[in-house]
This record gives sequence, structure tokens and C-alpha cells, in this order.
Amino acid sequence: MKKIIAAGIFGLSLAASSLAYAEPVKIGVITTLSGGGAGLGVDMRDAFTLAMKQSGNKDVELVVEDDAQKPEIAVQLAEKMIQSDKVDLLTGIIWSNLAMAVVPNAVAQDVIYLSPNAGPSALAGAKCNKNYFNVAYQNDNFHEAMGQYANKDYKKTFILAPNYPAGKDSLTGFKRYYKGELAGEVYTQVGQTDYAAEIAQIRDSGADSVFFFLPGGMGISFMKQYAQSGVNIPVMGPGFSFDQDILPAVGDAALGVKNSASWSKDLDNEANKAFVEAFQAEYKRLPSVYAAQSWDTANLILAALSKASVKDKDAFRAALKAADFKSVRGEFAFNTNNHPVQNIYVREVVKEGDVLTNKIVATAFEHHKDAYAEQCKM
Amino acid sequence: MSIALLIEQLLNGLQLGVMLFLMAAGLTLIFGVMGLINLAHGSLYMIGAFACAAVAAATGSFWIGLAASLVAAAAAGAIIEVTVIRRLYDRDHLDQVLATFALILIFSEGTRWLFGSFPLYLDIPSLLQGAVPLPGGGQYQLYRLAIIGVGVVVALGLYLLISRTRLGMRIRAGESDREMIAALGVDIRTLYTVVFALGAALAGLAGALVGALQSVQVGMGEPALILAFVVIVIGGIGSIKGALFGAILVGVVDTMGRFLLPKALALMMPAAQAGLIGAALASMLIYIVMALILAFRPSGLFAAQS
Amino acid sequence: MSRETIVNILLALLLLAVPLGASAMGEPFYITLATRIAILALAAVGLNIALGLGGLVSFGHAAFFGLGGYAAGILATHAFDGVPLFAGIPGTASMPIIWLVAVVVCGLIALPIGAISLRTTGVYFIMITLAFAQMIYYFAVSWPAYGGEDGLSIYVRNEFPGVNTTQPLSYFLICYAVLMAALGLFWLLRGSRFGAALQAARQNATRLAAVGITPFNVRLIAFAVSAMVTGLAGALFADLNKFVSPSMLSWHMSGELIVLIILGGKGRLFGPVAGAMLYVLIEYALGGITERWQFFLGLILLGVVLFARGGLLGLLAGKVRHG
Repeated sequence: MKKIIAAGIFGLSLAASSLAYAEPVKIGVITTLSGGGAGLGVDMRDAFTLAMKQSGNKDVELVVEDDAQKPEIAVQLAEKMIQSDKVDLLTGIIWSNLAMAVVPNAVAQDVIYLSPNAGPSALAGAKCNKNYFNVAYQNDNFHEAMGQYANKDYKKTFILAPNYPAGKDSLTGFKRYYKGELAGEVYTQVGQTDYAAEIAQIRDSGADSVFFFLPGGMGISFMKQYAQSGVNIPVMGPGFSFDQDILPAVGDAALGVKNSASWSKDLDNEANKAFVEAFQAEYKRLPSVYAAQSWDTANLILAALSKASVKDKDAFRAALKAADFKSVRGEFAFNTNNHPVQNIYVREVVKEGDVLTNKIVATAFEHHKDAYAEQCKM
Repeated sequence: MSIALLIEQLLNGLQLGVMLFLMAAGLTLIFGVMGLINLAHGSLYMIGAFACAAVAAATGSFWIGLAASLVAAAAAGAIIEVTVIRRLYDRDHLDQVLATFALILIFSEGTRWLFGSFPLYLDIPSLLQGAVPLPGGGQYQLYRLAIIGVGVVVALGLYLLISRTRLGMRIRAGESDREMIAALGVDIRTLYTVVFALGAALAGLAGALVGALQSVQVGMGEPALILAFVVIVIGGIGSIKGALFGAILVGVVDTMGRFLLPKALALMMPAAQAGLIGAALASMLIYIVMALILAFRPSGLFAAQS
Repeated sequence: MSRETIVNILLALLLLAVPLGASAMGEPFYITLATRIAILALAAVGLNIALGLGGLVSFGHAAFFGLGGYAAGILATHAFDGVPLFAGIPGTASMPIIWLVAVVVCGLIALPIGAISLRTTGVYFIMITLAFAQMIYYFAVSWPAYGGEDGLSIYVRNEFPGVNTTQPLSYFLICYAVLMAALGLFWLLRGSRFGAALQAARQNATRLAAVGITPFNVRLIAFAVSAMVTGLAGALFADLNKFVSPSMLSWHMSGELIVLIILGGKGRLFGPVAGAMLYVLIEYALGGITERWQFFLGLILLGVVLFARGGLLGLLAGKVRHG
């Protein structure tokens, strides 16, 4: 019935002996494995299971299920995992709207949730919770970084995003740090596939740069059409539209584009090198930022497990909050609202042989915190 | 706002309309001849795009990919016609909706099974890269002009096919009296398969052409399908002329709405708010137009059957 | 007692017995699953009034399902935050009031939608109802006040006088009772003069007009009642998930409601119940086996349409007597 992957069956139990508490731990992973957005969920799951397998921890049992990117299904799976599978921890959700559906209810039932990707502002601010740990980023972070970086070269930026909360957060985040003038501010339709009308406006606006947040297929369509249109105003955006899952589909149109992220494959630290190597060896493809965040989530859990029992909620929360693990992002700590304090980098899309990928060109923020932590009363 | 921008936006609307026409023509033809609602038409569009992307990647030629998209979509169309669709002609619309809804699930997940979870790469051919100058000082992308050209050719071709050929005569006869044409000894089963495959090929062509502009990914057919339905309902179901007119109307209204509504609202309120409300209204606009048209012309603008 | 009646009673008892048993065995998740079945069945009972009795294939009932959900979500949010809705009217966490609001709102919105849509027939009707639902969907996605695409969380489940709704079993019993009441309404409607007129309007509208009844009015009322029942289900669904989002308004949801009815048996009293049971079970069981579950779900649906006409009830209780 259930897709249970007992991490232990993979063998290689070298680290197991170092565990302080050898009791079974059940982790529920709700992620998107079918439909158009499945690529992100697959990367999340693959990195997570690989991290568990490499740890050799025999006591961790994973329950992985597909939410089909539908909030109702995600809610149902969370109920099932909490009530029926009796999981100790929940993780895995990729999308903000699914996180908003699942997280408030799960944490209210005293289940600890670790976010490997989404970071809606509500959960970082007034509705923060001691059981909610965001291991990825607060939604505004990447956009803020791009706004900060844009100040260096640009005076008149044209900005666009889809007309939904994450889109509005994105433009708000960009404007929070950007000091220049706006050549235009456009909200596109969610799921829009043709951007000819917007590109014509950009050409007409006299902008010296373009910032866009269009996740998934929207960004692929925009980048292809932008490159084809012959408009050569420089483009920038958050890393979501320039990551390893997207780049092959955009092709050379993405070359040279600056984008922001908390992680890049060329980040120079031991943990990252080991991660990139292991992921490539196992799955024969380069990892994405989703895979990196998921890998960190898994290692954070493993680190906390070696310090405290998952049954002792207070001790386990404290162990998580200490964030005593080797992050592939280098330095990593939790802020008062359980959201990351981390560097945000500016990357550039480059070609290594035939493969499009990113390399870091600047650091936009060091030890960056989100703007909502003050509203969190925990 | 310059005249050149306005002309460019009108062309963008026209180009979107032409894409919709390629989808809608097949849909309306299938409904007109067989009386069938085919929700899986969007899946055939997706198959066209995937076939083109996969073959173009393997051979390095967009044109071979384009040919492959026609073949793949027509073949997929013929296969589902023979195995599934054929059993649905004498069922009510409800059964047709459900069966073709099931086909969407099968095709979407099946495609993901074959091609994986990540979007595919497809670029426009080098022959059609670049832009041409527009009157008023602007310029327009050659590839999009070529799409408009393809639409004109297909519209003309369909007109000639239906009005001048033997197949077209049978199609017209099938639209007006299904039993009679069977009685006259026409092999109706083959006719239906051919018409269905023709509609599928048009959808596949649309998918391949659009695939070079957009993201080739699972689920790409559904938004196109809904828009194509809006088009044929506005135009009058079963009417190719209606589909052409409806497609261009929807394409232009949608594009101009996205472009002009925020600007018009900005005269009355702050720009950021105008952008939000304008975008919200623009996304509802074509459905409002459709409801208005049906409220006054309940069977569309060019109803084929009275 | 006819065979269909026996099957109906068995289905009703089965739906009641599973959560009771699950509760006794300490498996609360199966209660949640049964609650989901009851609510989806209720939504489909609503659609069945328009579709099964009236032959009105609405491909836009998700609009009412979602509106009902938003009625619950918005009222509960205002009650939770203590902010008045507008003009000093407070929000509420009381289910009976929320249900009333959901039902009235859906009825009021269904009247103009129905009045315009019912001018058309056949495929046009299918598509114009879809168009109205899409309008509301895009409105909800882009309207920022209540969460837009992200949706709206209900932090504490709303209250019902004398019942602890946070208990899964109590909440199931509320939903089950509402479902039974709606089935009673359907049964009464079908047997009433109104129901006879509605079915006559489907089979032969001209003859009905000849006896002095306007088919349009009969259909419009049926459409509105149908929307109201579906809206009530939406309000319950929002409380079950403690969450409402535009995906409740999407055309996939409209399609799913139609699927439920056809799976179970169109126009039959317990068709929606049988359909919802089968659908939720397939979804749950397949989802647990393979991440390609949608592929197999498609195959099963296709099989039902092609080879099991009359749906599950057609198999269990035989063919319907009238067309």
C-alpha cells in the first residue's frame, strides 16, 4: 500500500553507531511527483532519499507521497501521515499555496514541519510557529537580493511577475532594496504562455534592465520569447527561472543572465562538493537549488536526531534550531522566527562544455535575514 | 504609446488568434461531422510539441521535427479514434466529456512517463530567426509572422478541401445528414477516422509551432484547450468560418486587454493598483466577452446547424 | 423493496459503519477519508439535481463549490481576526449561519448565471457554464484580499451548537446528516410535481410548454437549487480541510464532480454516493501504490464509460427503468 522507503535497507551503516538515540523515526514527505511541476518535487525527493541513504541511518523510515500540486490532496496526505502513519516529522512541500494549506494545521497538532522550499511571508511573520522550520528561504529573499544587486548598474528597471501572492511578494521584495526608477510594473496572468504583449511594452518603455519572477513553464516561455524578440535590454531574476531543472529547456537564451540564489553548484565548501558529486553519480544529472535545500533539510534532521530524541519535542526543536550540520550553502543559522540567516549570491548562467549551469559572480547579502522576523512573537 | 507599439500588439493578437484557430479548426470540424466533444484535443497539441522537440533534438532539424509532429499527432488521433472515440459517437455529450477527460489523464501521465518530468528544449529554426521592420519604426519577429502565414494557408486549405474536394463533399454531407451518407455507400467509419486524424494533425501542428515559443511540458495543452473551446463556442460550433472569426476575436481581445486595461485604469488610480486590477480584469475578459455573445446569440456568431 | 433500494440502504450503512469502526480501532484517518466522501457526494448530489433530473450538463459547478468554501473561509477569518466584514457586520464561526450564507450566496449568483446560460442548450450550455466558472476562478486567483492563489486558512474549525466539531467523528456525523438531508431533498424533488416537470422538460420541452409550464423557469429553479446544495458542500469541504483556495473553483473540480455522478450512475438517488466512494478509494489506493496513479485513474474512468454504462449502481442494482 504505502511507498515506504526504509533508508536502512540501503545498507552501509557506518554512521549508525554514532547515533545517540537508536529508535525508529518516521518522516512524511509530501511533494509534487506528477503533473507539470513534478520536476521540482522529483529533485526534492531524490536529494532527500540520497542523503538518508548516505547517512546509513537505519532507524529513519520515509513515507513519500505525491500531492499532484493540489492543495486539497496535500491536506489529505498530511492528515493521513499524521493520523494513520503517525509520522514524527513532515517535510517536502514545494509550493507556497500548498504550504499555506498544510503547515498551519500540521503545526497546530504539534507536528514539526521543515520546509525544503516554500517560505510564504505569513508563516515568517505573525503566524510563525515553534514547530515550523524553514530550511530554504523566506519568499522575498531572492528578489530582495536582485533589487540590491540592480542598484550597482541600473537606474530604470522594468519589473514583472504573475498576478498572485508570491508574485506580489516578489515585486515588493525587489522594490524593498532597489533605489532606482521603475520603467514599468506589470502583473501577468498565472499560467500565461505568451509574453509578446509584455515584451513589446518592455521594448517601448525605455528601461535599462528587466527584472522578472515567472516560475516554471512561465519563465521558460518568457525567456525564449524574450531572446527571440531581439530586445537586448539585460534581464535578471530570482534563481528559480535559471536553475538546473529549467536551463536545458531555455537553452542558450539564458546565457549570461544574472540571477540570485542561496546556493550554487560552484560554492566552495566540502559539504557542497560531496553533495554535487554524490547527486551526479546517483542520478546522472546536475542538482538544482531544490535538491540542495532538500539535502540540507535531510542533514539538519539527521544532525538533530543524533543529539535528541524526536519524541522529546522540546529537546528536538532545540536541536533543530542549533542547526549544527554541514550545510551545502556554507554558513547557515536560524533566525528568531526559525527562518534562515544565510548569504544570498548573484549567479551568472554559463556553459560548461554542452551543459548550461550557474557560477557565482557576487554576494548580494551576507547573513541575510527576512523582513518579517520582527512580527513573529514566538 | 506609439503607433508602432499599437501595430505590434495588434499583430501579437492576430498571431495568438491564428494559433487558436489551428486548435479550434480541428475541434469544430470533429464536432460538426461527428457531433463529438473532444477534451483530449489539448493532449494532441501536447503530443505535437513533444514529438517536434524530441525529433528536433535527435536530428538537429526543426523541420523534420515539424513533420514528425504532424505524423505523431495524426497517428495518435487515428489510434484513439479507432480504439475509444468511435464508441462514443452515439453517446450523449456527458459520456464524451468523461471519456475524453480520462484520455487527458492518460496522455499527460503517459507523456511524463516517456519524456520525464522536466520541460524539453525547442527553438525556432535559424531560417526564421530575426525581425522585420514595421511601418511607424517598429519591428516584428519573423517567426510570429510566419505563424500568421501558416494560419492563412491552413484556413485557405481547409476552405478548398471542404468546398472543392470529394472528401470535403462527404464531410459536408456528414454534417447535414449522417444516416443518409452511410446509406449512399460512403465508408463512414473511414471518413470519421480521416476527419479525426486531420483535426489531430492540426492540433499537433499548433503544438509544434507554439513549442518553439513556449515551454514544452506536460499539461501545456489544457489552457490552449479551454481557449479553443471559447473560440468555437463564440464562432458557432461546427463552423470553420466561425472558428476563424472567433479565434482572431479572442486573440486580439485577450492581447489588447492585457495591454490596454492597466493603462486605462492608470488614468483613474495609482499605477501599481491599476496594474493589479487591470491584470485581474484582463484575465476574465474573454470569458466576459463569451458570456455576452452567448447571451445575445445563444448558438454563436456563425451557427452551422440551425 | 426494489433491488436499488436495498443497495442504497447498504451504501448508506457502509458509509456510516466505516468511520464508526475506524473510530473504535483508533484510526482517525479513515474518518477523515469518509468525511471527504460524504462531502464530495453532497456536492455531486447538488449537481445531480441539474444534471441527472434536468439534463443540464453544467461544467461549471466548481464555481458554487468554491463560493461556498470561500463563504466559510471569509466569515471564519473575520471572526478569528475580530475584524468586521463590511458595514459593521461581524464574521462568524457558527456553522449554521455560514451554511445559510453559503447557500444564499450560491443561489443569488446561480440565478443570473443560470438565466444567461439556459438560453443556450447542449454543448453551448456546457461551455458557457465553464466560462462563468473560469471568470470566478480568475477573479479569486487575482483578488488579493483573501489570499488569492495562496488561498485562505481557517485556523480553528467552525462551531456547531452542541457538537465538538474538532473531533473527526463528530464532524463526520454532521456531514453525513447533511448528506442524508440532501438525498431526502433529491428524493422529494424527483417525486414532486416540480421534479416531474423538470424531467419532462428534459425529455420533451415542447409538450411541457403545451400544458402551460415554462421549461425555462423550471430549469432555472433547478439550476439554482443545484448550485445551493453544491455550495453547502463547499462550505463543509473548507471546514474539513481548514483551508480554501482557488483550486476548488478550477475546471478540474467541475470535471471531478461530473466524474463522480457518472461513476456512480447518472440521475440515480445514490449515484453520487457510490461515485464518491469509488473515486476517493481509487485515488487513495492508487496514490499509495504508484506516482503514476493518474494514468491508471484515466484507464479506469475510460473503462467505466465504455463498458459499464450506468456506473457502479448500474452494475449493482441493474438498469434504470426510464431513459
